[in-house]
Amino acid sequence: MSTAPLQAELTSEPLVSCPVSRLDPFGREFLTDPYPFHGELRDAGPVVWLERYQVWGFARHAEVYAAMQDWQTYSSAAGVGIDDFRKNKAWRPPSLLLEVDPPLHTRTRAVMSKILSPAAMRRLRDEWQTRADTLVEKLIERETFDAVKDLASVFPVWAFPDAIGIGMEGRENLLPFGNMIFNSFGPRNEIFLESIKEAEPVVAWIYGKCARDVLAPGSFGAQVYDALDRGEIQPDEAPVLVRAMLTAGLDTTVIGIGSSIHAFALYPEQWQKLRENPTLIRPSFDELLRWASPVQTFFRTTTRDVQVGATMIPDGSKVLLFLGSANRDPRKWEDPDKFNITRSTTGHVGFGTGIHGCVGQMVARMEAEVVLTSMIKRIKSIEIVGEPVRRLNNTLRSLSSLPVRVTPA
Amino acid sequence: MPKISYQSHDGTVADVNAPENMSVMQVAKANGVDGIVAECGGSAMCATCHVYVAEDFLDRLPVMNAVEDEMLDCTATERKPSSRLSCQIKLTPDLDGIVIHVPERQT
Repeated sequence: MSTAPLQAELTSEPLVSCPVSRLDPFGREFLTDPYPFHGELRDAGPVVWLERYQVWGFARHAEVYAAMQDWQTYSSAAGVGIDDFRKNKAWRPPSLLLEVDPPLHTRTRAVMSKILSPAAMRRLRDEWQTRADTLVEKLIERETFDAVKDLASVFPVWAFPDAIGIGMEGRENLLPFGNMIFNSFGPRNEIFLESIKEAEPVVAWIYGKCARDVLAPGSFGAQVYDALDRGEIQPDEAPVLVRAMLTAGLDTTVIGIGSSIHAFALYPEQWQKLRENPTLIRPSFDELLRWASPVQTFFRTTTRDVQVGATMIPDGSKVLLFLGSANRDPRKWEDPDKFNITRSTTGHVGFGTGIHGCVGQMVARMEAEVVLTSMIKRIKSIEIVGEPVRRLNNTLRSLSSLPVRVTPA
Repeated sequence: MPKISYQSHDGTVADVNAPENMSVMQVAKANGVDGIVAECGGSAMCATCHVYVAEDFLDRLPVMNAVEDEMLDCTATERKPSSRLSCQIKLTPDLDGIVIHVPERQT
C-alpha cells in the first residue's frame, strides 16, 4: 500500500499532464479513514492520475458534480466499477439502470421511478412508522444495544424486502450479497475476495427470490413484472430489476441509518435541535449523506477527449469520482467536516446527481425518516459506549458495530 | 443572461437573472425562491420542484422524457398541461423572460 505524498510531475506523454498520486483508494488504510487522503487528492488539483490503477480521479466537488451531470461525456455504459466492460468481460452482469446510458436508461428508469415514486412511498409511511416505533420501543427497554446490529441492520431488512414482495425466510442473505456487489466496483483485492467467499452460497437464493411466481401480489417486485406485461421491459430484464432493488437498497440504507445514529451520538447538540424541530428530519438525512457518504466512489468512462483544468483526458478513459470527497470539499462547503443539520445541502452528491441519481432515494429517505421520528420521540440522548467497528468495502463506507446507551425521554 | 420571473401562489414575484445551463430549479434554490423544495437535487425523483410554466413558453421547453412524465403523476398539487419539473428545464437564451408559477405546496 502506498501513502507516498502526491508528486506533481509532468510525464513525457503530452496527454498525461497532471498531478500523479500513488495512493491506493481501495487500500485498507485509505478506506479506514479516507478523509486525510481526500484532502490530499483535492489539493493536488482538479484531476489526479491514480498511478496504481492507471485511472484518472476527480476529488473536488466542482468536477465530480459536473461529471455526473454530463452523462454524454462521462458514460456509465462501460461499467461504473474499475473494469471496462468494452475491454473485459464483466465479472457480473451489468446493471440495467446504473450501467446503461440513454435511451435505454430512460426507459428502465421510468419503470423504476414509477414503482419507487413519492406517491408509492406515501402509501407505506403509516405501516413503516408503526414498525419503527415498535422496534425502537423494544430497544429503549434494553437501554444498551448495538445501533447497527440491533437497529440499522434490522429495520431495512424488514421493511424494504416486504415492499419488494419476498418472503421472510433467508433474509440474512441479503446483506452479504449487497456487500459483495459493492465491492466488485473496485479492484480484485483481498476485501473483495473475502466478500465473495461470504456471499457465494447465497447467490442462488437471491436469484430464486426474483422470479415472478414467488413475489407477493401488488408488491414492487410484482409491479416490475406488470411493466413487462405492458411491454415496457424485456422478459430477461424483469428478474434483474427485482434483484437490483435487493442489491442497491439494503446495505446502503442500513448504512444510512447506522451512520445517522453515529452522527447524532457524536453531535449531541444536533440531536437536541432535531428533537426540538422534527421538520429537520428529512433535511438532516441529506446532511448525513453529505457528511458520511455511504457510497464513496463510482467510475465513469469518457466518450471523447475532454479538457479538465490543464489536463486533456483521452476518450475511453476510466475516471474515478470521489463522491465522499466532493461532499467534504472546503471549496464548496463551509466547515465541511462538521455535521450540521441546518446547513443548506443543495448540491451534495450522496445520492449521486443527474440522470443516475439514486432511483431508490425515496425509499431510503422514508426509512430514515420513520426511524428518526420514532427515536426523537422516545430518546433524549445517545451515548457511544464501545469502539465503533468499520466494515471495509471498496465502494461503501459503513459501520458493522456501534454500541450505544440511550437515555429515554 | 436569461431572466426568470417566479410568481408564487400568494402573488409574490421574484425576478432573477439566471446564468445559462443552470436549471429553473437550481436558479430558484441559489436565489432563495420559496416554494421549490427539490429534495432530490435534480434527479427527477421527488416531484418537489413542480412548477406551472406560462403558456407562451411551453413549446420552447426541452421535450419531456418518460421519467419526468411518470414523476409528474406524483405531484402534491394538481398536474396540469403546463406542469413541469423545474429541475428538467435547462435555461437557454430562448427562454429569456420565462414566467414560472410556483404551486402552493410541494409535499
